[in-house]
Amino acid sequence: MSELIVGDVVAQRDVHLTRESLVRYAGASGDFNPIHYRDDIAAEVGLPGVLAHGMLTMGLAVETIVPWLGDSGRILEYGVRFTRPVVVDPEEGATLTVVAKVGAIADDAVRIDLTVTHGEVTVLGKAHVRVRPLAA
Amino acid sequence: MVPVNPELVGRVFPPTAPYLVGREKVREFARAVFADDPQHTDPSAARALGYPDVVAPPTFAMVIQDQTLQQLLAEPDSGIELSRVLHAEQRFRYSRPIVAGDELTATLSVTGIRSVGGNAMVTSEAEITDAAGGHVVTATSVLLVGGDE
Repeated sequence: MSELIVGDVVAQRDVHLTRESLVRYAGASGDFNPIHYRDDIAAEVGLPGVLAHGMLTMGLAVETIVPWLGDSGRILEYGVRFTRPVVVDPEEGATLTVVAKVGAIADDAVRIDLTVTHGEVTVLGKAHVRVRPLAA
Repeated sequence: MVPVNPELVGRVFPPTAPYLVGREKVREFARAVFADDPQHTDPSAARALGYPDVVAPPTFAMVIQDQTLQQLLAEPDSGIELSRVLHAEQRFRYSRPIVAGDELTATLSVTGIRSVGGNAMVTSEAEITDAAGGHVVTATSVLLVGGDE
């Protein structure tokens, strides 16, 4: 990790979400807000469609770097802003692209910046993970 | 007019009932967030990293924090209606990861309310501790609560 350079891509992946993914996350997390699985209710409250849970996007984004980290216990802090909703089409689903780059390097921590995009749209803002460097 | 009772700031809620983290629950959550690394599902992989059992994905803390947000929504004088709430920001600060077998309790405090164009941004912190009282993770949420249309 000492050889990291700001701007290096440390991990990336595409994750394809379907309605099944949303129902699975609802069950696993306990978040049963119907805007995440019912088209009629999503439309009623003025949404463009059924949305992925923000916490699902946040959760799958950080997991992109866990194999690279080796130990998820090296994560000291993780924060995001939910800036754009992810509409999950009932037939097409939605594919999210996660890219993890080195954002800053200090003695006590490395900041990894996550970019999560759906098509051309960036859906999370300031998605930063502070990680403990490997012991020398 | 801010749609949320400003007197909520500084309020500290009673600790939630202990939540026992089960191995199968961690596996279920890991699958739901596309967490493929074996430390989340295979006890021997977790033990190789020095943990007693499978390691929960980082955002699993939300499952515990959610109990505190339910307390906040249930507060009779809060002025917060679920149908007007959007999750604007989320942050976790970890002392250690959550591991199967942990018995976790969360204590919520409302740390700030600010008005943004007729809406309210409500910041709350849930401090999550283990059965021994040790700090595990602090989960901070910013909720955007819409005002009257």
